[in-house]
Amino acid sequence: MAEKVLMKGNEAIAEAAILAGCRHYFGYPITPQTEIAAYMAKRMPKIGGTFLQAESEVAAINMVYGVAATGKRVMTSSSSPGISLKSEGLSYLAGCDLPAFVVNVERGGPGLGGIQPSQSDYFQATRGGGHGDYHMIVLAPASVQEMASLTIKGFDLADKYRITSMILADGTMGQMMEPVELSEVKTPDYDKSWAVTGTKMQREHNIINSLTLVPDELEKQNFARYEKYKIIEENEPMCEKFMTEDADIIVAAFGIAARVAKNAIVEARKQDIKVGMIRPITLWPFPKKDFFEAAKTAKHFISVELSMGQLIEDVELAIRCTRPVTLCNRVGGMIPSPAEVLDAIKKANEGGDK
Amino acid sequence: MVVFDRPKSLVDVPLHYCPGCTHGIIHRLVAEVVDELGIEGKTIGIAPVGCSVMAYNYFTFDMVEAAHGRAPAVATGIKRSDPENVVFTYQGDGDLASIGMAETVHAATRNENITVIFVNNAIYGMTGGQMAPTSLPGQITQTSPYGRDVKQCGFPIRICELLSTLDGPEYLERVTVNNVKNVRNAKKAIKKAFQNQLDNKGFSLVEVVSTCPTNWGLTPDKAMKWLEDNMLPYYPLGVYKDRSAKKEEEA
Repeated sequence: MAEKVLMKGNEAIAEAAILAGCRHYFGYPITPQTEIAAYMAKRMPKIGGTFLQAESEVAAINMVYGVAATGKRVMTSSSSPGISLKSEGLSYLAGCDLPAFVVNVERGGPGLGGIQPSQSDYFQATRGGGHGDYHMIVLAPASVQEMASLTIKGFDLADKYRITSMILADGTMGQMMEPVELSEVKTPDYDKSWAVTGTKMQREHNIINSLTLVPDELEKQNFARYEKYKIIEENEPMCEKFMTEDADIIVAAFGIAARVAKNAIVEARKQDIKVGMIRPITLWPFPKKDFFEAAKTAKHFISVELSMGQLIEDVELAIRCTRPVTLCNRVGGMIPSPAEVLDAIKKANEGGDK
Repeated sequence: MVVFDRPKSLVDVPLHYCPGCTHGIIHRLVAEVVDELGIEGKTIGIAPVGCSVMAYNYFTFDMVEAAHGRAPAVATGIKRSDPENVVFTYQGDGDLASIGMAETVHAATRNENITVIFVNNAIYGMTGGQMAPTSLPGQITQTSPYGRDVKQCGFPIRICELLSTLDGPEYLERVTVNNVKNVRNAKKAIKKAFQNQLDNKGFSLVEVVSTCPTNWGLTPDKAMKWLEDNMLPYYPLGVYKDRSAKKEEEA
């Protein structure tokens, strides 16, 4: 058993990536994720890896694209405005079906916004972010331990499905320190016969490309990619259920919002309110079935989020609008207090607010 | 006896380029150099966005298609991943000198150990003849229908001269392919740019002053004449940086 160490969330991501076999990191400084770059800058040269501070986020994601094309594990990290810049590359990675790992430690927006925690890139992450029809696997840690374990999971899912997986965290997750246990990682062998490694004069040349000018061929590729997405939606949704068995009210929340909500739920239970929580761990694929099942008995849903009503849409879709869903949110770097969430739970319990 | 044949590294398919376009010559020179250096099995080429976007179909070695202007960043990733492989980008003037300027300058200043083939024909070819960062003052294009007005859109960028102000890059040379002698010189420069990478010398860029008869609105022979009369005076041929040669000289 590995010993527990006290780490910042950002550092836990960096060390977990190294344990997962990532030896190539490209990034550009932006708050509040800079500890990842700083950690990589220290560690990578000592283990024969690459740390490179790129000239821009655009360049960084294209360097990621280059390494991904060679079949090796590679990552970049950034925060909201930087992820917007990386969106071009995310679209190309998807168009070429390349595995890559990306971290977004969100800050408030839009525009330059602020540097305090936010979850307002939910739509951007879960709907792809760049141009064209595509998805990324989006993982939402709610502890420093999960920052590490979901990083390792993210690399595996990326390789398994030849897809980009993204950690969608917020500034709190990145900055807070908690004990974390890191142990050796066993990486399965994935087929990389598609990679550009030089033909060695032993095979036909490989081409990594997202240009397809013939419409019916491009359509076929899109259909095929969405068949793959269907398999991911079938196999990979993850969530944590907390006190949901008898719950009349279900709170939906992820990341820091889920931790706040948990406190409020414990308090509400003391007041005999039957409330529980479904915490999506994968934001895409969204744990639709779990919400749909819960809606069979629960009467009211509350979406607690650090955005202006983004998660709530997926909750409404998952339960097919069969129950009222209320929004309990703070934005701009503000975080709801347990009292605010408790208040929303009480209102729902009284059948108020919608 | 065969005295002239298709290079092994060039796929035996018709190229999509217009008659009189110099991409065909430059592709061939790259393939000849790859053959002669015996590096086909470990070469990875990066195609740009522009007329040569489909260059990946014309070479027998591994190829990657990059987003517009990002080829030097993609090449950086590929080279850092497998330093034993030979990595080159093939880019036009819009790709390299406009949208990809940051990637170009920074790959050069890092002395990234890659080879860049820069095809400068002073126009955006694929999108139908718009003004490029290298379009000449007064040059008529689809987006400068009254001629490039330098008061409005500034002057053309001379890439070799610009990059030569950096300490980083190893080798910068401007060549052209308007006649046999210059084609041979161009090949020599391209070969050197690949050899430099094999010798771990770093960033080597060869700018090839080229034609675009279709979008210049000229016949192939008149385009070649236009290149000689207009392009070459603005873009003088020659070596703009050769760090190793300079060191030898000093020694």
